[in-house]
Amino acid sequence: MNSNALTQYINLFTEHRQVIDSNSAEAINALRSAALEALTAAGRLPEKGDEGYERTSVNAMFAPDFGVNIGRVNMPVNVGASFKCGVPNLSTLLAVVVNDRFAPTSTLLANLPEGVTVCSLAAAAKEWPELVQKYYGSVANMADPSTALNTLLVQDGVFIHVRRGVQLEKALQIVSIAAPGETPLLSARRVLVVAEDGAKVQILKCDHTQGDTVANLSSEVVEIVAAPHSLVDWYELEEANASSARRSQLYVRQLEGSDVNICGATLTNGTTRNDYIIDLDGPHTTTLLSAMAIGTDTQHIDNASTLRHRAHHGHSRQLFKYTLSDSATGAFEGGIEVGHGSRFVEAYQTNRNILDSTSARMHTKPQLLIYNDDVKCSHGASTGQLDPAAIFYMQARGIPKAEARKMLMQAFMVDVIDNIRLEPLRDRLRHMVDRRFSGHRASCADCSC
Amino acid sequence: MSNDILLKVTDLHARTDNKEILRGINLEIRPGEVHAIMGPNGSGKSTLSSVLAGNPAFTVTGGSATFHGIDLLSLSPEDRSHEGLFLSFQYPVEIPGVSMVNFMRAAVNAKREYFKEPPLSAGDFLKLMRQKRAIVELDNKLASRSVNEGFSGGEKKRNEIFQMAVLEPRLSILDETDSGLDIDALRVVAGGVNQLKTSQNATIVITHYQRLLDYIKPDFIHILYKGRIVHTGGPELALELEEKGYDWIKEENN
Repeated sequence: MNSNALTQYINLFTEHRQVIDSNSAEAINALRSAALEALTAAGRLPEKGDEGYERTSVNAMFAPDFGVNIGRVNMPVNVGASFKCGVPNLSTLLAVVVNDRFAPTSTLLANLPEGVTVCSLAAAAKEWPELVQKYYGSVANMADPSTALNTLLVQDGVFIHVRRGVQLEKALQIVSIAAPGETPLLSARRVLVVAEDGAKVQILKCDHTQGDTVANLSSEVVEIVAAPHSLVDWYELEEANASSARRSQLYVRQLEGSDVNICGATLTNGTTRNDYIIDLDGPHTTTLLSAMAIGTDTQHIDNASTLRHRAHHGHSRQLFKYTLSDSATGAFEGGIEVGHGSRFVEAYQTNRNILDSTSARMHTKPQLLIYNDDVKCSHGASTGQLDPAAIFYMQARGIPKAEARKMLMQAFMVDVIDNIRLEPLRDRLRHMVDRRFSGHRASCADCSC
Repeated sequence: MSNDILLKVTDLHARTDNKEILRGINLEIRPGEVHAIMGPNGSGKSTLSSVLAGNPAFTVTGGSATFHGIDLLSLSPEDRSHEGLFLSFQYPVEIPGVSMVNFMRAAVNAKREYFKEPPLSAGDFLKLMRQKRAIVELDNKLASRSVNEGFSGGEKKRNEIFQMAVLEPRLSILDETDSGLDIDALRVVAGGVNQLKTSQNATIVITHYQRLLDYIKPDFIHILYKGRIVHTGGPELALELEEKGYDWIKEENN
């Protein structure tokens, strides 16, 4: 353990910069110096209390002595063991990412329609340097220490580009597997999604871990550019093990008339901190941001949202739900910011949490900042227990108490699931949530479908 | 009517929040009988039904209740249901996100599991739902809705009797099933209860008003006051109450 976690990564970078650069591409390397400067200026990674109410300490997440696979040694991975199932009735274009290594499947390569690119980010940066340069790092806040550290260390990632007017009817699925090998591993992962004018793309990202005991930390930065009148869906499911840590930041820029739907589900994990930062730069945007977290044992789930309405007639809805049992802990910090001149904005935020044990803890802070008239905004947060009247009613009909609780927990998550725009994925997630509340930890790994 | 005793309640005491509500209830019910329990507000009628159904909000502090030979009070609420006790709630609970179909399937299969029977097939289950819905003229569209959510007052009460029809209890307790019902809904609900009546099962009707008893004919009427049954009589007692009110009961027992 290191009291200043940052030092080990800066030293590592300085020592191996040439190797890192040579494994990557110019457009990606170009931002490392600025990232290094930002980190050096910050001096350390954020601690608890630095970034707002009950935000999980990034420093503590990065403090263990993680290795970074600088030399890009292939980690042995059994994709089948970590990830068996597809989503029934959902025919997807599948790609696998092992740690930070992109591996397309043959069906992906054979079925990508004209105008759609899904490939390694480094490869894209070599093939189309101007395109990647234009967008890479353009949405993310490069001064943020977590983002800067990711930018410093990242070597490869996923690049998704949908050309103007192209509607991708099949969903893209990225199965992301953390395979730490024998020693604790930090993977710096990056995704860049560009949907050009009028394009449509729906992406499902499933995060899994291989093995149970070796610690792994995933540093993830996702940047999504939703050009005017584009439609982008981003669904992410985390099914990691208790030894996993995840520091993820999803940055979205929405331009005029774009429609973005984001739904995150933390089904199993160790320690997770997700930030959703969405800038509504164009007018008439639609945004739906939802997340569910199911915490048992000592799982920790921290979600935060920042929605910045910077143009008129934006419509956004946020829904975050948690169920926490045993000694699980959760945090939520939600933000809506309506900037000067952003009139006729409607922005709503809801956070609801169920604590199912006396030792589970939830911290929540919903927040609205409105610098404008003529807007409709609301926020609400509630934390409570399952309704004892409902449990008794169900028992009185013969439903055993444990089953009644399970049904109520599932029911609690229904509206988050209903926000997903892919029906087969809704069915699948319903099933996974059902299994999760029945006590199965890794629902995908045991799935027979 | 038979001489077997279906429910025998002896000197039952119960309390909530340090307030004693039931102060020695004695009651015997035989198969085929309909008992009405009446009484002024706050006399303990709903508490009696809650305690018999096992509501954890109440603590039994004394006495016993034997249900066809079984110690009722030692059973969990779900096992009381499996053994044939049914409580029609005065205020049926809304359960957002749980569909009526899933709710009933869970209830039916839990009972079957209790009796070591395999779960009902999807086809048989739907057939059962269809049959039982007809008894209370419950609209099919309610099946896909969340339990009681957005149901009208009448639909909620009909839904209770529908559940009773599905679960085929040996003893049904109807807790103010008439409250919030218009006269047409009252007829439908009462008609449902009467259709389900056999020589093997029994019903306890808890009500404020004589009106319901025009439709569901009781064999016995008990008047509950301050946590005790202070008067028991035949159907004529309801008419007497309707005419004279509860004052004479209060005077007799103060």
